Amino acid sequence: MTIAISAEVLRQIHAHGEQAYPEEGAGLLLGRRAGGRKQVVQILGLANTREDGSRRNRYLLSPQDYLWGEEQAEQSGLEVLGVFHSHPDHPNLPSEYDLEWAWPSFFYVITSLRAGQAIDSRAWLLADDRSGFEEEPIEVYQAQP
Amino acid sequence: MPNIKIPSPLRYYTGGQAEAEVQGETVAAALDDFIARFPDLRQHLFNGQGELRPFVNLFLNSEDVRHLQGLDTPLQPGDRLMIVPSVALTRPS
Repeated sequence: MTIAISAEVLRQIHAHGEQAYPEEGAGLLLGRRAGGRKQVVQILGLANTREDGSRRNRYLLSPQDYLWGEEQAEQSGLEVLGVFHSHPDHPNLPSEYDLEWAWPSFFYVITSLRAGQAIDSRAWLLADDRSGFEEEPIEVYQAQP
Repeated sequence: MPNIKIPSPLRYYTGGQAEAEVQGETVAAALDDFIARFPDLRQHLFNGQGELRPFVNLFLNSEDVRHLQGLDTPLQPGDRLMIVPSVALTRPS
């Protein structure tokens, strides 16, 4: 399953990570299925509900936030396709913790930042047997005017 | 019959269905019936010890069943049980 993200939405994902720096930023990817690919057309940035001292490297999206995001998606005729988050000053690889908590068929788009600047994003999908993440190439497209 | 609302990441396993009617007089029984129909979902909802994974939340008519009687919470015909994800993320250390 390919993930396609418009250049503008990818720019928004990078800007979201830069604004959250040095903490992690995260949110939901909204879009639609089209043939054999999932097309991201909108993001919903969500607050980190983790209250303890681990906010810099851990992120928790509450079930209430998820429900709100799914309602937003459905009102726009879209669905929640996955999650994006940033890794400040770390590579854009998923962690063991991400794997433990991963949802199937969700795209996990991770953006690495260095010194506050977004460098690159990569997309990951949980293997069916939950043994690990498989990288999926991101197809960047220019949105129709 | 109670109804289960299925979040988008699980619809891949339900043929795109967003809701399913299930049989059962408790949350546990309803989940058993749901899993019997979509057995590939078991590993994503339950861990190897048969416990609900920590990122799986169950809301009965908008109330978290952890604040009711958990999996033993009784269900009435027409009740709506929602499976709601928590999403936790972290960067590698």
